[in-house]
Amino acid sequence: MSTVVRHEHAHHFESAEQEFSAAKMGMWLFLVTEILLFSGIFVAYTVFKNLYPEMWSEASKQLDWKLGAVNTVVLITSSFTMAMAVRAAQTNERGENKGKIVGLLAATILLAGAFLVVKYFEYSHKLHVGTLPGEHYFFPGIQAANAHIFFGIYFLATGLHGIHVVIGMSILFWVLLRARKGHFYNQYYTPVELGGLYWHLVDLIWIYLFPLLYLV
Amino acid sequence: MSASNSDTHAHAHGGNYFEAARGLKSWLITLDHKRIGVMYLFWVIAAFLFGGLLALGVRLELWAPGETIMSADTYNRFFTLHGLVMVFLFIIPGIPAALGNFVLPLQLGAKDVAFPRLNLLSFYIYVVGTCMALYSTIAGGVDTGWTFYTPYSATTGGSVVMMTLSAFILGFSSILTGLNFIVTVHKMRAPGMSWYRMPLLIWALYATSIIQVMATPVLGITLLLLAMERALGIGIFDPALGGDPVLFQHFFWFYSHPAVYIMILPGMGVVSELIATFSRKRIFGYRSIAFSSLAIAIISFLVWGHHMFVSGQSVYAGMIFSFLTFLVAIPSAIKVFNWTATLYQGSISMQTPMIWAFSFLILFTIGGLTGLFLGTLGTDVHLHDTYFVVAHFHYVMMGGTVMAFFGGVHYWWPKIFGRMYNEALAKISAVLVFVGFNVTFFTQFVLGTRGMPRRYYNYLPEFETLHKVSTMGVLIIGLGVTIMVLYLAKSLLSGEKAVANPWGAKTLEWTHAASPPVLHNFDETPVVEEPPYHYPAPGEESRPTKVPA
Repeated sequence: MSTVVRHEHAHHFESAEQEFSAAKMGMWLFLVTEILLFSGIFVAYTVFKNLYPEMWSEASKQLDWKLGAVNTVVLITSSFTMAMAVRAAQTNERGENKGKIVGLLAATILLAGAFLVVKYFEYSHKLHVGTLPGEHYFFPGIQAANAHIFFGIYFLATGLHGIHVVIGMSILFWVLLRARKGHFYNQYYTPVELGGLYWHLVDLIWIYLFPLLYLV
Repeated sequence: MSASNSDTHAHAHGGNYFEAARGLKSWLITLDHKRIGVMYLFWVIAAFLFGGLLALGVRLELWAPGETIMSADTYNRFFTLHGLVMVFLFIIPGIPAALGNFVLPLQLGAKDVAFPRLNLLSFYIYVVGTCMALYSTIAGGVDTGWTFYTPYSATTGGSVVMMTLSAFILGFSSILTGLNFIVTVHKMRAPGMSWYRMPLLIWALYATSIIQVMATPVLGITLLLLAMERALGIGIFDPALGGDPVLFQHFFWFYSHPAVYIMILPGMGVVSELIATFSRKRIFGYRSIAFSSLAIAIISFLVWGHHMFVSGQSVYAGMIFSFLTFLVAIPSAIKVFNWTATLYQGSISMQTPMIWAFSFLILFTIGGLTGLFLGTLGTDVHLHDTYFVVAHFHYVMMGGTVMAFFGGVHYWWPKIFGRMYNEALAKISAVLVFVGFNVTFFTQFVLGTRGMPRRYYNYLPEFETLHKVSTMGVLIIGLGVTIMVLYLAKSLLSGEKAVANPWGAKTLEWTHAASPPVLHNFDETPVVEEPPYHYPAPGEESRPTKVPA
């Protein structure tokens, strides 16, 4: 139990420090591209909110802010467990924190699953009443025209975010499997740290989506 | 490429990267940046030849007014596919992913890029994207032009969704390559290789990578929105559904204008290498060339609106975009002046790569200056969507980037394959392409100013002579490229063996690595002690260039 698998850096690096700092820089650059990917949706959001302000506020009221708030709390909690997992890996000297790392990663993945379950109930409600994108829209309860655009952007934004949640869960699951084998300790915890960075970004995007879509 | 060596550890003792492992599988799963670069090189050259054949089809159709060899629908698909293939499959990956992959780690004195597996992944993503693009041409074709303007692209038939997804996928490949290069430049430099000792190709690739990482995701979301528009009718871009088609243009050009610099900046980097090496002279204004690459990268994000002067965007936006467009001319001109100053009093040797570099200098300058005509609001209204625009961007993209690409291919060919090519044929080919290019596209400046609109299938009889001249130019280019393919193929099979540094160049891939290099590039990690292109100054005693034993 109290052993770790020692990590050897790849042949083209001079040292483990060089490898770690390169990996971390690569991840940060990747997060920049993710933000820019979502930025298109945020721009479209701004354009159409200004073009059709009344429709926007009417359509926004169709979203259930309580469910959105629950999901926000769920994701913030998962970010906390994630940060704890990274800390546990950083302070793991001889494998004494292994159970803690695995447990905290499992908690993060379970919270992500809970987020998706809530999202599933929200989506199925919309499928039922017809607050859907584009030509599939058939909800009778909004007076203003063009509400299908709001729901188009809603589904795109939350759908793309949902895909990121699923990808994040897969990455963290892979990290969890490696953690069980004792791969991470205070000299080597790159995958935990980078998986954590990705997961915090997924949370952060939701923290913007929630007020923009549910609370305006 | 000598006889195969059964010793599995041969690579550790001087076998080159071709000999290090053998068989198809060793290529398909390779993590070696040199092999990945070579695989890219063959793909992009194939894409170039395919795109060239499409251009030939377009030009032959325009030989005479009315239907010549194909219907109007086929013609629309031909020019669309020509644009898409040349932009996404050839020019964007051309210099960075093919030549850059091979050269960048070598010039930095590194054993590989920072993330070799990611490098291979981005190659396979590129292959998948290519296959999707080819599939969409079989399954209905695309007739929107490479710009996919809405609402037409949201309503026309054909396989637009497949093609947009293909460009989306290719974008990922581009992002990953850019990300890899940025981290490699920051983290993998050899001891002594400070930022100001980096060759100028590295600065150019670094600036390119910044654009790839920062602009391509926006194209990604744009194409995703377009695909959704077609699949679900979400109505964001379709005015009939309450959407805004100009928003699409903003999105599209926010990526695609910086993308123009993704295409030209690496070419500028290659030309900096060629001019320094073949003038045997320290490059003039090293830092201003380096920083002008970064300046171009930054300004490139602020000029997209100059594609939209007649789209209905606000007049004030148009004026600001026009002003910012003029700003881009400054760093570009800085480069041209510095290259010219480098030539001054250099001992210039007109070997094949240098002929391509001269072609670049002349054609890029014409292309750049005609860009100012189009950046001016008043003249643009007159020239917008005419052959003048077609001629302008071909002078920059083909006259600039393609000339630099071929210059680079001929420059690094001995390093990549360890073989020389037939110098006489290579010079003939370079001159033929230069002449053919001018015959093809200079005519189009004239056509454009006289009012010939771009993309039209039919035209007035008064344009016929100029169209015929332009088509004949393509045939000359075709002859030059055919000769090139033949002598390069012959070089691969039976070319004379290349020495480590046939050009007397000063960068690490020539001074410290064999031709072709060993698996891990260098027998021992190079230590850099002098600035790049450190040729003796006039009056200084000449120092022999270091050649590996």
